[in-house]
Amino acid sequence: MKQFDYVRPATITEAVAAAAQPGAVFLAAGTNLLDLMKGGVSRPDRLVDVTHLDGLDGIETLADGSLRIGALVSNADLAHDAEFARSYPAVAEALLSGASAQLRNAATVGGNLLQRTRCAYFYDTASRCNKRTPGSGCDAREGENRSHAVLGWSESCIATHPSDFCVPLVALDAIVEIEGRGGRREIALDELHRLPGDAPERDTVLEPGDLIVAVRLPPAARGFAAHARYLKVRERTSYAFAVVSAASALRIENGRIAEARLGLGGVAAKPWRARAAEDALKGVAPTADAFQEAARRALEGAKPSGDNAFKIELARRIVVRALTLAAAGTPARIPALPASPFASTSGAIHA
Amino acid sequence: MPELNLTSAPAHLRHGSNIGQPLTRRDGILKVTGRATYAADNHPQGMLFAVMAVSTTARGRVVSLDVAAAKRHPGVVDVMTPDHKPQLAIDPEIKTNPFVFRMEVLQSDEVRYANQPIAVVIAETLEAATEGAALLAPRYETLPPLVGLDAGESFAPPVVGVGNPAESHHGDVEAGLAAADKQIDATYETPPQYHNAMEPHSIVAAWNGDNLQIDMPTQGLALSLARVAELFGIAHEKIHIRSPFLGGGFGSKGLMAGPQVLGVMAAKLVGKPVKLVLRREQMYGPVGHRAPTRQRLRIGADAEGRLTALDHHARTVSSTFDDFFEPAAGASHTLYAAPAIRTSHDAVRVNTGTPLFMRAPGEATGSIALESAIDEMAFACGMDPLAFRLKNYAEVEPMTGRPFSSKALRACYEQGAARFGWAKRPLQPRQMRDDAGLLVGWGMGTATFPALMFQAEARAAIRRDGSGVMEIGAHDMGQGAWTALAQIAADAVGLDIDRLDFKSGTSDLPDAGIAGGSAHTATAGAAIHSAGAAVIGKLADLATSDERSPLFGAGNAGVIARDGRLIRRDDESRSESYAEILARAGLAEIEARGTGAANPAAMEQYAMHAHGAVFAEVKVDPELGQVRLTRMVGAFAAGRIVNPRMVQSQLFGGMIWGLSFALHEEAVTDRRSGRIMNANLGEYHIPVNADVPPLDVITVEEHDPHVNALGIKGVGEIGITGSAGAVANAVWHATGVRVRRFPIRIEELLTQG
Ligand SMILES: Cc1cc2nc3c(=O)[nH]c(=O)nc-3n(C[C@H](O)[C@H](O)[C@H](O)COP(=O)(O)OP(=O)(O)OC[C@H]3O[C@@H](n4cnc5c(N)ncnc54)[C@H](O)[C@@H]3O)c2cc1C
Ligand code: SF4
Repeated sequence: MKQFDYVRPATITEAVAAAAQPGAVFLAAGTNLLDLMKGGVSRPDRLVDVTHLDGLDGIETLADGSLRIGALVSNADLAHDAEFARSYPAVAEALLSGASAQLRNAATVGGNLLQRTRCAYFYDTASRCNKRTPGSGCDAREGENRSHAVLGWSESCIATHPSDFCVPLVALDAIVEIEGRGGRREIALDELHRLPGDAPERDTVLEPGDLIVAVRLPPAARGFAAHARYLKVRERTSYAFAVVSAASALRIENGRIAEARLGLGGVAAKPWRARAAEDALKGVAPTADAFQEAARRALEGAKPSGDNAFKIELARRIVVRALTLAAAGTPARIPALPASPFASTSGAIHA
Repeated sequence: MPELNLTSAPAHLRHGSNIGQPLTRRDGILKVTGRATYAADNHPQGMLFAVMAVSTTARGRVVSLDVAAAKRHPGVVDVMTPDHKPQLAIDPEIKTNPFVFRMEVLQSDEVRYANQPIAVVIAETLEAATEGAALLAPRYETLPPLVGLDAGESFAPPVVGVGNPAESHHGDVEAGLAAADKQIDATYETPPQYHNAMEPHSIVAAWNGDNLQIDMPTQGLALSLARVAELFGIAHEKIHIRSPFLGGGFGSKGLMAGPQVLGVMAAKLVGKPVKLVLRREQMYGPVGHRAPTRQRLRIGADAEGRLTALDHHARTVSSTFDDFFEPAAGASHTLYAAPAIRTSHDAVRVNTGTPLFMRAPGEATGSIALESAIDEMAFACGMDPLAFRLKNYAEVEPMTGRPFSSKALRACYEQGAARFGWAKRPLQPRQMRDDAGLLVGWGMGTATFPALMFQAEARAAIRRDGSGVMEIGAHDMGQGAWTALAQIAADAVGLDIDRLDFKSGTSDLPDAGIAGGSAHTATAGAAIHSAGAAVIGKLADLATSDERSPLFGAGNAGVIARDGRLIRRDDESRSESYAEILARAGLAEIEARGTGAANPAAMEQYAMHAHGAVFAEVKVDPELGQVRLTRMVGAFAAGRIVNPRMVQSQLFGGMIWGLSFALHEEAVTDRRSGRIMNANLGEYHIPVNADVPPLDVITVEEHDPHVNALGIKGVGEIGITGSAGAVANAVWHATGVRVRRFPIRIEELLTQG
């Protein structure tokens, strides 16, 4: 393995300064980063280990009803926090549908947001990849691309963002708190990830040294707890990335949808917020027709980037199903097979 | 490696014989406590680490390697390349026997497939060797690779599998098809698959002068030893291989593979012990795989649903430099009583590592196509798939007319169907839904696998203290040889298993043949059985010819061996312990050897196969296309069951593999580069726990007096056959969509709403 420096800063300020140097990256649990380093995809000169920083592993409710999740909270701890799961059930379900129990135990909130694409050509250092080596070309474009993007892609990159967690987060207007060289700032999660355009090497808007310190769910996010689901179609029942997924959340008042939220996963380089579909649902009754219309709108503008036209139709169907499930009400317990189409019938005791 | 401390836990307490008892694995506690020493756990003094650099191009030549950069890296000791390596005694391209496959051991700069070893970096640490390999930054002259089933001109291979004819026929297939009332003509495709044993191929090699100590997982100690001896030009006695445990092999550890030879070469080059372990992605190339197939089945049936003809053609691939042809069409030889059967193969050459045996080679690929086609034919005839199979039940082996040595398939069908509740299955597809609205489908497949025997030898001894020894260089791949073979051994010498020292897993012990072809328990078991009988015979001679023994003169009546005593057959009150007999004779030990092999006369006369019937239930989301297996029942008849617990595990494993074949497994090859794009266990999907419902295995009683003295058939591979087809057929029954390309993908089931 390439030799690199390993530093363990004592404070956030030191961490930011250390990571702002060229060739430096943050190390959280390393479940993504270390794989990339072993494969020669990432070859950093310096790892800035943030896992020992104080104050980043808490889950706290703020005075205004927001929830603030520290960047080092593990995916498992967050999902298994009973209060969290009650208030944001789709987020908990999404977390539990990701990776494996072992990975979830290790993986952090910040790392999950910033995990990199699973495009096989990105991982294969012998392939041309604009994201890995800017300007080199994109071997996925004419390659094995049935799992690639159908929304927001460009000729220079057709990769998707693989996170499950981010999909309900983006639907719920999550906010990312960042500590950078210029101090603290915050942005909407929807603005964190970039569409590829002609600079796919930049996954996010973060600048060198920018440390995610927390993710915040605004007060309104709790309002959807009664009608919120995550649904993930994948190639096996567990331990697989989404082919396509959707997070749906409804606020239903007097038999009508007062407000709808919809996010799609596995379709674009970012967790995809389907605002046009949300608008179409506002004020209407939660009917099959309304959900069909929402699905149509959610996928407006979608186009295959390769052998993946099926994902567009699949995404429409997933939207309809996710909305139907949300309308039916959040189940009292997270299903044993979280986010699975087989959730209701599994008989399984774990995924 | 310390002496193996195999447990005698309470689970081993039992009454009566050893064979047939569901003992738990005797090496189980060693394994779960991490004390079982796998090859890569060995760290001889002064050991260095070797890491292979592998090719990223699939066809061409390496034109440069930056050896200097690699050597400059701290900790790197040496870099082995085609220009800098120990000389082998023979050209590795020469096939000295049919079980020798060509390998890449830096004999030239040619690249024949992606992931081919092109250099080896040897360093003081694994990390340094890994970085050294990365620093080699190879440059290539690249040619467009040959990829896929249509890569070039096809040809008919001379033989398929191991020496089977590429074409066979009996009866007139075209006439049979012409005379048929109903016909189907369907083409199925199966993808390349990789063994992906949990334990990667590894070797720790240490030279001491011209003595060579090797720790390496192998399914064939003697064959590997012979290959090392000829490649390095040293006598067999100078080589010692230890392989007490394998973390799976599935055929990919049957023969000495190139990377393991590279480990021995590296140790020779640097004059120190060297460890070389493949990374997961490096297992997708030089250690074999299951070739893809495209199979066309044409089947005819008469108005009553009786087969009139069965034509099975398989296209497959081999490498550009060696021959292994997946014998897929052979699956149609034994199961169904068509009056006319033809099987044939053709192939193209592609830039891959040479395909090899992978658990049920030919049987697995052929079975999913055949069982799907039979299902299609049954439906075309308007018949229940089980009724159709029973109507076409083969009373004798269809191709040869030979009777079966035993065949309890009818009982498998009956017991499996009853347990599953098959009788309630609607004939039409897409008829069943569960409470949640998911589509439910039921499918079945017939399982079959030949009952093979190789050759093995064993040495048995009885010691003065009355304990026994059984020695055989057998292989425990996880299937439970340490336990099952010890059970046979204990019975063979008339001792309780705890009074027997069972030695296995090293090359200095008698040759047990290869652990493959589902034949290891039968072959090694037969050798153990005859060695035990021989040593007991010698002991009996000692006693019955000594007038001081209570058994004196028992000659004609004979004696039996039980619980460490010889007992007069016609008078059980007269007996003597082994210890007493040896003490009186003044012997420390008495020993004998025995062999196990197929009986050619019986093979001539009988067709020998294990059989089974598998029933599967799947649920399919009608809109989203995701599939999940929800029930599976397999009933198998495989002769004598030596250890029911281990047999059940083998059959579970096979059935899960069948599920994997139908729904999950596929190596995705980039058609332009020839590189495999999912060479890791995250993306090369196999079922996880959540995909596998509780499975139900029935072992159907079957006594076979012909296969071997113990009546053992094999159970290692049969579980895949039948199961893959059963799952595929259940998907059709659930959805009405017949998918003929495996694994079945979500997009193929999205067609209907
Ligand atoms: C086999 C496998 C299967 C998986 N399946 C799924 C799945 O189904 N669904 C899913 O959503 N995910 C899946 N994952 C991905 C997994 O969720 C991520 O690997 C994990 O969340 C990353 O978290 P980490 O703490 O390990 O991050 P690391 O690997 O340590 O870091 C990831 C990236 O984030 C950066 N980073 C980390 N923390 C911060 C921070 N606080 N501020 C700024 N930058 C930071 C690092 O520099 C690095 O670039 C899978 C992973 C594996 C290996
Ligand atoms: S799709 Fe994007 S990540 Fe994949 S190869 Fe192309 S540029 Fe690289």
